Amino acid sequence: MSTSATLKRTPLFDQHVALGARMVEFGGWEMPVQYSGIVDEHNAVRGAAGLFDISHMGEFEVKGPDALAFLQHVCTQDIAAIGEGMANYSLLCRPDGGIVDDIFVYNLPDGYLVVVNASNIDKDFAWMLDNLHGFNVELTNISDHASMLALQGPAAEGILAQAAGPELAALPFHGVATGMLLGDIPGIVARTGYTGEDGFELFIDDDNAARLWDGLLALGRAAGLKPAGLGARDSLRFEACLPLYGHEIADDINPYEAKLGWAVKLDKGSDFVGRATLAQIKQQGVARKLAGFELTERGIARGGYELRDAAGARIGEVSTGMPAPSLGKNLGLGLVPAALATEGSELSVVVRDRPVRARVVKTPFYKPRYKK
Amino acid sequence: MAFKTPADLQYAKTHEWIRIEGDEATIGISDYAQDALGDVVYVELPDVGTTFETGDAFGAIESVKAASEVYMPVAGEVVATNDAVVNSPELLNSEPYDGAWLIKIKVAEGVGALMSAEAYEKFVDEIKH
Repeated sequence: MSTSATLKRTPLFDQHVALGARMVEFGGWEMPVQYSGIVDEHNAVRGAAGLFDISHMGEFEVKGPDALAFLQHVCTQDIAAIGEGMANYSLLCRPDGGIVDDIFVYNLPDGYLVVVNASNIDKDFAWMLDNLHGFNVELTNISDHASMLALQGPAAEGILAQAAGPELAALPFHGVATGMLLGDIPGIVARTGYTGEDGFELFIDDDNAARLWDGLLALGRAAGLKPAGLGARDSLRFEACLPLYGHEIADDINPYEAKLGWAVKLDKGSDFVGRATLAQIKQQGVARKLAGFELTERGIARGGYELRDAAGARIGEVSTGMPAPSLGKNLGLGLVPAALATEGSELSVVVRDRPVRARVVKTPFYKPRYKK
Repeated sequence: MAFKTPADLQYAKTHEWIRIEGDEATIGISDYAQDALGDVVYVELPDVGTTFETGDAFGAIESVKAASEVYMPVAGEVVATNDAVVNSPELLNSEPYDGAWLIKIKVAEGVGALMSAEAYEKFVDEIKH
């Protein structure tokens, strides 16, 4: 691949190269997929801590008198229920109920911060602009100068306490606050993440990213902190069954199919884009549903592989599949007919033209260990 | 990083190595290939007795992240497969040229376009840059 000239780089590119990372293309960015190895990094996050550069993620500021009303209009979640200093997961849905993106909304003293997927930054921003009519809101895409690090794992709290003081390290689950990192780096700290472990996400200006990255790695080394890449980020989120846009969720998948109905608050007291259709879908039920399955014969499921029912008929495809490092099983996710999305259903996954048996199991595969 | 490329082996553009001894040959993957794959967690090999043409996929090697097929550097019939590497896929990372050979074959015909160790090193250098 010699497309690197057209790929975007985060402010930490030189750090990744110096740490021996293998760089890959992801959503238009040149990102580290691994440093010491995916399994080693995965295990570090489950057992100690990992530090991820997630500066490719998009950040929008939503400010002004109608900020809340606007977010209520485009989000499925009840944004009014997110108190100041708190954050929550939400979806942006289309009028037909399809998922535009999954996002995180942070309620800060001077307005809201919305984090969106890297590959959807332009689409989401255009979507919000299209729906902005009639709202007195200042919507700003700050993705180009905002960096984001994720410090994740059971040792993250102790490392953050050293880096930012005991107050920020004591944030509740989904809490968010502004503060100083390493004494003089202004930033936003949130107790959120994408690994199924306790941990924090840190927002800083691009100019401070390298100093914070180096400083955290040095502070955390004794506690077992390791730099972790997108490979481990994917295996960690997969075990916890956290959806990835373009895989478990997409424009043509609705929240009930993706088992994200809990993030749709039909009765939040204000209308929102997609509400009428979503209410109808909820009432009628869905024809297909996301299921987690375990391969019961030798083989590994991968995204895009065909799924078949017990009679051998095609029923869908794998959205994500891999050997789960913390569970020692070959697992997969995929949309299947709703009747088959129940524990114990027998399926098969077509691996290199050969059907391999699989059984639907409970999700999430890995029970998140959030500090609540 | 410098990768090992033993001089007594020949190499394919798809990163397999082959040791030809008379009409028999042993096939594995190169040190560069194992490093590019990352931690190998699964190996799938063909049944003894299967015949393949040059360039056919004869098996698969998988890491947490991805599945990669392995291809026949020459045509032939499989006469042995390495159970050790099926049972302990991590052998491919630790000793790609020794314990972690994949299959032995009876070579079917004249050998086609293979590279010497020196030519393969140049080839790897080029794809890395």
